[in-house]
Amino acid sequence: MWTWFYKLASPPYVYGVAAALMPWLLGTAALAMVYGLIAGLAFAPPDYQQGDAFRMIYVHVPAAIMSLSVYMVMATASAVALIWRIKVGHAVAAASAPIGASFALLALVTGSLWGRPMWGTYWAWDPRLTSELILLFIYVGVMSLRSAFEDHARGDRAAALLAVVGVVNVPIVHFSVVWWNSLHQGATIVKLGAPSMPGSMLWPLLSMWLGFMLFYGAVLCTRVQAEVLNRERQAAWVREAIKS
Amino acid sequence: MTSGFWSMGGYARYVWPCFGFAGLVLGWNLWAARRLLMGARMRAARALAMAGDAR
Repeated sequence: MWTWFYKLASPPYVYGVAAALMPWLLGTAALAMVYGLIAGLAFAPPDYQQGDAFRMIYVHVPAAIMSLSVYMVMATASAVALIWRIKVGHAVAAASAPIGASFALLALVTGSLWGRPMWGTYWAWDPRLTSELILLFIYVGVMSLRSAFEDHARGDRAAALLAVVGVVNVPIVHFSVVWWNSLHQGATIVKLGAPSMPGSMLWPLLSMWLGFMLFYGAVLCTRVQAEVLNRERQAAWVREAIKS
Repeated sequence: MTSGFWSMGGYARYVWPCFGFAGLVLGWNLWAARRLLMGARMRAARALAMAGDAR
């Protein structure tokens, strides 16, 4: 039953699976995003309070959710690598960090663009915005720490430790709008109970979210291949792998 | 497409840069990952060639 799990610890297996999955993930991500963009920009009705400005939700919310989800993937892979000494775990964590950081930056910039017409300011030291900024700094810290060591194994371990410790910020980002007074609105989709949006606005958003998830999968596959190759450069299987 | 679509109800200066920046970030992700993989393949090929020469 656990054979598939053990196989994930094998670099050649992971390299092959990542290479095979990547085009499918990218193709389906493109389809989901095209539907989400067309339906969200052209067919969803304007919001009764925010008008057409609400359409920024179709990139802001998927980017914000993915910045947290990718962090959880990175931290889990780091924990697996630290506990069971699985090198592929470090490769997945190293591959996830720049993608997660780019999603966090995208969430901050799009949130800032949305905040200007709605709140009258591009930035406020609000709990949600500040904790998301800290999330970006943790991503940058994890990447910097990994590259700060000449010994790659030590860099991997130090970065993995920081990634695991940094998990504490994830619930803070998510629940900041509940725990403290915040300019930021509460949860729309990721919450207990039904989403507080009509279907015509919700389906494009879910499609964009799916598109962002699949896109992350596609980019992760490409980056994991590179990380595995960098770590296994001298291995015999690499000769066959780079020929294909 | 109507001009109403492009003006986004007066919020065009916020909505379109938002989507434009998203496009840039997604494009950068694809480009950077592809570049990383090409570099890793080249380094691996070089390492294998050097190992072959040493034998």
